Amino acid sequence: MNDIQITPELILFCGLAGIAALASLGVVLFQNAVRSALCLVLNFFVLAILYFTLNAQMLGITQIVVYTGAIMVLFLFVIMLLNLGSARLLEEKWDIKKPLGAVFGIALATLIGSQMLPGFLSRTHVNPLSDYGTPQALGRTIFTEYAVPFECISVLLLVGIVGSILLAKRKI
Amino acid sequence: MDVAKWFLGLADFWQALIRAIIWVLFIFAPVPIFIWWERRLLSWMQDRIGPNRVGNITWSTRSKYVPGFLKGKKWKLFGLAQPVADGIKSFTKEDLAPSTSDKFVYFLAPALAVFPAFAIGAVIPWSAWRSLTPVANVDIGVLYILAISSLGVYGVVLAGYASNNKYSLMGGLRASAQLISYELSMGMSLGAIALGSGSLRPTDMLAAQEQPLYGVIPFLQNWYAFTPFGFVAMVVFFICMVAETNRAPFDLPEAESELVAGYNTEYSTKKWVMFMMGEYVNMFIFGSVIMTVFLGGYNLLPVNWDYLAHQNWPGAGICEFIARLQYWLGFGVFFIKGFAVITAYIWVRATLPRLRYDQLMSFGWRWLLPLATCNLIVVALWLVSTKLAGDKSNSGVIGIALGWAAVVIAMLVLYVIYRQIRKNQAGDGKLEPRQVTLVDPNAASTQGAG
Repeated sequence: MNDIQITPELILFCGLAGIAALASLGVVLFQNAVRSALCLVLNFFVLAILYFTLNAQMLGITQIVVYTGAIMVLFLFVIMLLNLGSARLLEEKWDIKKPLGAVFGIALATLIGSQMLPGFLSRTHVNPLSDYGTPQALGRTIFTEYAVPFECISVLLLVGIVGSILLAKRKI
Repeated sequence: MDVAKWFLGLADFWQALIRAIIWVLFIFAPVPIFIWWERRLLSWMQDRIGPNRVGNITWSTRSKYVPGFLKGKKWKLFGLAQPVADGIKSFTKEDLAPSTSDKFVYFLAPALAVFPAFAIGAVIPWSAWRSLTPVANVDIGVLYILAISSLGVYGVVLAGYASNNKYSLMGGLRASAQLISYELSMGMSLGAIALGSGSLRPTDMLAAQEQPLYGVIPFLQNWYAFTPFGFVAMVVFFICMVAETNRAPFDLPEAESELVAGYNTEYSTKKWVMFMMGEYVNMFIFGSVIMTVFLGGYNLLPVNWDYLAHQNWPGAGICEFIARLQYWLGFGVFFIKGFAVITAYIWVRATLPRLRYDQLMSFGWRWLLPLATCNLIVVALWLVSTKLAGDKSNSGVIGIALGWAAVVIAMLVLYVIYRQIRKNQAGDGKLEPRQVTLVDPNAASTQGAG
C-alpha cells in the first residue's frame, strides 16, 4: 500500500469519486425531495465523467443522455407536480423493517466487497484500453456478436412503448 | 509552425485549459454585440428606432481638458454601449429573492442554465488550426452535443420550481416538455448526417464537407446543406434549435402575455443576466453546431481554394492567397457566420407569432419527428443503394438529382395538401376550433353591477 504514486489521474479520480460519494449520501440524507433528486443528478453526471476517464466514452455519454438528461428530468417533474409538502409527514415510525434492511444492506455490501476489493487493492493506477469504449467498437460488437440479444431488447422496448401508449390513451 | 509545436509539447492538461479559455472568450465576448444587434434589428423590422443614444459623446467646447481638435465634436456609437449600461445597471441593482423560495435551488438554477451553453462548444472546431480547436476532438462529438444540450432543461425547470410562483412553475414545466420533445427530432436530424459522413466527430463531418461537390465537381465543397437529405436535416435542425434555445416562436416558457415572464419572473439583477447570457451563448453555440454540421464550418464560400490554386490557370495565385487567408482568418469567418445565424434567429422572431401549446406539441411530434425519421431512413437506404451500385462514375449525381427531385415533389405535395386543408377549414368557417364559450357582454355587465 505504500507505493501508491500521486498521479494526476489519481487526483482526478479521488476528486470525482469523492463528489460522487457525497452526492449519493446527499440523496438519502436530504429532507427535501427535490434536493435529493438533484444530488442523484450530480451523482449520475460525475459517474459519467468517471466512465470518460476510463475511456468508456459511449457508456458515459449514454449515462448522461438517458439518466441525467431524461429520467431525472422526469423524476423532478413528478416531484414538483406532487408537491410533497413538509418532510416530517413522510418520516416513518420505528419498524422491524429498518434494522432488517440495515442488516441485509451490510451483508450485501460485505458480499460485494469481499469479491471486488481483493482485485482492486493491488491496483495503483488504471490502465484502460484506448479504443474499447468508442461508438465504433461498441457498434461493431452489438451488431455482430450480440445482434440477436440487441434485437430482442429492441422488441422489448417496443412492447413497452406500445403498452404505455395503450395505458395513456384508452380510446384509440 | 514553431508555436504549434511548442503548444503540442505542453502537458495535456495545460493544452486543454488554454483551448478552453480561448474558446470561452471567443463565445463570451460577442454576447453584448448580439444583444445590441437583436434590439436594433428588431426595432428596424418593427419600424422603431431602438437604443441609439447610450455611448454618444459630445465633447465640451470650453473645458481645458479636451484637446483642441475634439472641441464641439460629436461621437456616435449607435447605442453600442447600451448592453454595457444594462450590465452595469443589472449588477448594481438591489438583489431581490422571494422569501419563500428554496434558496439553494434558486441560486443554483441560473448557473445550471449557463453551464450547458458553454460546455456544448467543447467539440466544435472554430478554425482550421487543429492544434487549438476543438477543445476535445472526441469520438462521440455529436452525441456529446445532444447529451449536454439535454442538461439545459435543468436550469429552466429548477428556476420555475424554486421561485415558488405558479407562473414560473408553469413556465418551467412547459420548458421541460418542449425541450424533451424537440431533442428527439434534433437527434434524428444529426443522426442523418452522422450516417452520411460515417462519423460522429464534427471534424470528420467538416472534412467530409470539404470533399468535391456530389463527388464530381472538384472546385466546389460538398456542404451537407446542398445534398437533399442534408437540406431536410438542416431545416429540421434549425427548427429544433430555435425550440431548444427557447426563442420565439417557441418561447412558451417565457410567454409574457400568459406567464408574466415565465420561469424567470422572480429573478432579477445578476441572476437574470445569467439566464439572458446563457440564452445568447446558447444561440451562438447552436448556430456554430448548424454551421459545422451543415454549412461548412469556418469556410466562407463552398469553394475548394486549394484545388483551384493547384490548377494551371491565371487565377491560381489569387486562389492560393485566398486559401491562405481562409486558413488564417477561419475564426473570423466562423464569427461572421455565427452572426448570420443570430440574424436568422432575430428575423424568425420578428416574423412569426408564438405557437399555442397544442400547436407546439403536435408540430414537434406529428410533423418534425416523422420527417426527421423518414430522412434518417432515406439516408440509410441511400447508403445501401450506393454500395450496391458500386463505383459507377455518375451514380452519385443521378442519386443527388433524384433526391432533390423527391424533396421538391414532397414540398409541392405538402403545399397542395396544406392549401386544401386551409380551403376546407375556411369553407366551414372553423379556422380555429376552440372550446371556449364567449360570455354575452350584456349579461356580464349586469352581473358585474349586481
